[in-house]
Amino acid sequence: MGKEIIKIEGLKREFTMGTETVHALKGISFSIREGEFVTIMGSSGSGKSTMLNILGCLDQPTSGSYEIDGVKVKDLSRNELATIRNEKIGFIFQSYNLLARTSAIENVELPLLYNSKVSTEERRERAIKALELVGLSERMDHTPSQLSGGQQQRVAIARSLVNNPVMILADEATGNLDTKTSYEIMSLFQDLNKKGITITFVTHEPDIATFSSRTIVLKDGHIIQDYQNKKVQSAANELAKLPKEDQTL
Amino acid sequence: MRLLNLLKIAFKAIVLNKMRTLLTMLGIIIGVASVIAMLAIGEGSKESIRSTISSMGSNMITVRPGADVRGGVKQERSAMETLKLKDYFAIKEQADLLTYATPLVNGGGQVINGSNNWPSTIYGVNSDYLKIKLVDLQSGSMFTEAEVNVAAKVALIGQTVVENVFPDGQDPVGQMIRFNNIPFKVIGVLEEKGENTFGQDQDDVVIAPYTTVQKRILAINHLESIIASAVSEDKAPDAVSQVSEILRKQHKLTEDEEDDFHVRSMEELISTFSSTSEMLTILLVAVASISLLIGGIGIMNIMYVSVKERTKEIGLRMAVGGKGADILMQFLIEAILISVTGGVLGVILGLGATVFIEKFLHWPTHVALYSIVISFAVCAVTGIFFGWYPARKAAALDPITALRYE
Repeated sequence: MGKEIIKIEGLKREFTMGTETVHALKGISFSIREGEFVTIMGSSGSGKSTMLNILGCLDQPTSGSYEIDGVKVKDLSRNELATIRNEKIGFIFQSYNLLARTSAIENVELPLLYNSKVSTEERRERAIKALELVGLSERMDHTPSQLSGGQQQRVAIARSLVNNPVMILADEATGNLDTKTSYEIMSLFQDLNKKGITITFVTHEPDIATFSSRTIVLKDGHIIQDYQNKKVQSAANELAKLPKEDQTL
Repeated sequence: MRLLNLLKIAFKAIVLNKMRTLLTMLGIIIGVASVIAMLAIGEGSKESIRSTISSMGSNMITVRPGADVRGGVKQERSAMETLKLKDYFAIKEQADLLTYATPLVNGGGQVINGSNNWPSTIYGVNSDYLKIKLVDLQSGSMFTEAEVNVAAKVALIGQTVVENVFPDGQDPVGQMIRFNNIPFKVIGVLEEKGENTFGQDQDDVVIAPYTTVQKRILAINHLESIIASAVSEDKAPDAVSQVSEILRKQHKLTEDEEDDFHVRSMEELISTFSSTSEMLTILLVAVASISLLIGGIGIMNIMYVSVKERTKEIGLRMAVGGKGADILMQFLIEAILISVTGGVLGVILGLGATVFIEKFLHWPTHVALYSIVISFAVCAVTGIFFGWYPARKAAALDPITALRYE
């Protein structure tokens, strides 16, 4: 097992809604090691989204500690959080969140634009490499409207990889895709994971969890289950098992 | 984040929204162009008045008699006799802010050459006159100091006189003419000057030594006026007060007595005539400024909509590492690019419109550099100001809220 990338201890998050205080997370502790493929499961209201926001350094915990790649996140300023997001985390969203009317390669370059250490040439080079990694080297100049949902999500994955993050954070990344395409995307995630990339996948779909190596289940702000998946399914195999599209339609 | 990257991002956003950008710019373009064109028209009319007056000698100073009371009767201006030759000599000797000065007497009469005659005005002056009035000689020469001293019967004539008394095109220089039956030898012809702004024919003149005109034609020993030129245009007001002082001393006026003369510089005349056109300019500029302001509000409106419409994009940019300052700069640069480009296009359009007005409407125009600088500066400032507020709003967005924004 690799070193700990995420270390969470006694994490609490409270929101004040008028006079009421909502306890979204009620003291959570876990850690994620390098090379893991973790799914965080939970129904709506379980604190899953809050967990994701904190993991993604978009939000700060009320109490408890959160360390990512050795950096204590608590008490960092807005700008420092932005830098951590830029250098350590790759985001993938349910609705892809690609810039419209902007080519795939430029979309992938976006995180590097906010990193002044990366030169223009290096930026382009790394974007091309990331797109090759997700199998879109043929469609670099296509805009999102010229790409299918699956292809758009691949662009988003390439974008999350381009800054060489310590962890990819996916938020319902297959939520907008049909079964076949989501298996394709999961298969891509598994391939990336095999190359050593740490992935944290937040979802409410139980079958997605079967593709990961570890599952954390949240309920009402607590972890109710945290288990290693003994029998990881191969998304590529599941994909092959699916009935041919022309037969189903 | 490097500025170059921000510029690229802002530039992309503008190019991606060509139509929207163009419409926004239109306000600025029209605003800037109209300010420039309006100011050019205003400046043009001012300039044309100024140049007419300047052609009469812009640093010229005129001294006229002011008050002459004889036996309790206030005299009519033309009958005033308070301005004397010794006043002229005093001024010539003491006023060091003047380069040239001449006494002036004039009278109307008939110019006769053989069977041709023409009513004109004779001006009795000294040899400095042409230099003060900025009149050139077409041929011949000016009379000399010596000829003034002996009251020589020599004269120079203007083009209108030449045309009327020498109609067959012979060279007037060396010919004899008569003015009110006094014979004069023509020793020079003046260059054509045309009409002045006030419709007066500047070529309908006969110029002779003041001594001759005083003695032979008018039989007077006072002066109509003294005209002089100040060392420079901006020294003219000082020269006016200097001359006043000399004359007060000369006329032995006590502290509480009013001047019995008037000293005027051309500058006063210019400002009188300019004030009307200045009013017009202010009015035009006020109207144009309103359109510039509306252009600015247009930018604010568009940037506002743009921030709303791109909330999700802002959320994404923040999620992948964009800082608040980066987002602020992006939108601000976008606003600046729009207003600066609009400003440049506005300047071009304004200059084009000015050329059009000059060419086809034949209005005098003059594009002052300050009008370009001011309108451009105003448009840049409105762009920045109206772009800043929405940009700040964008920068202050919470990345989570922005990402979830639908």
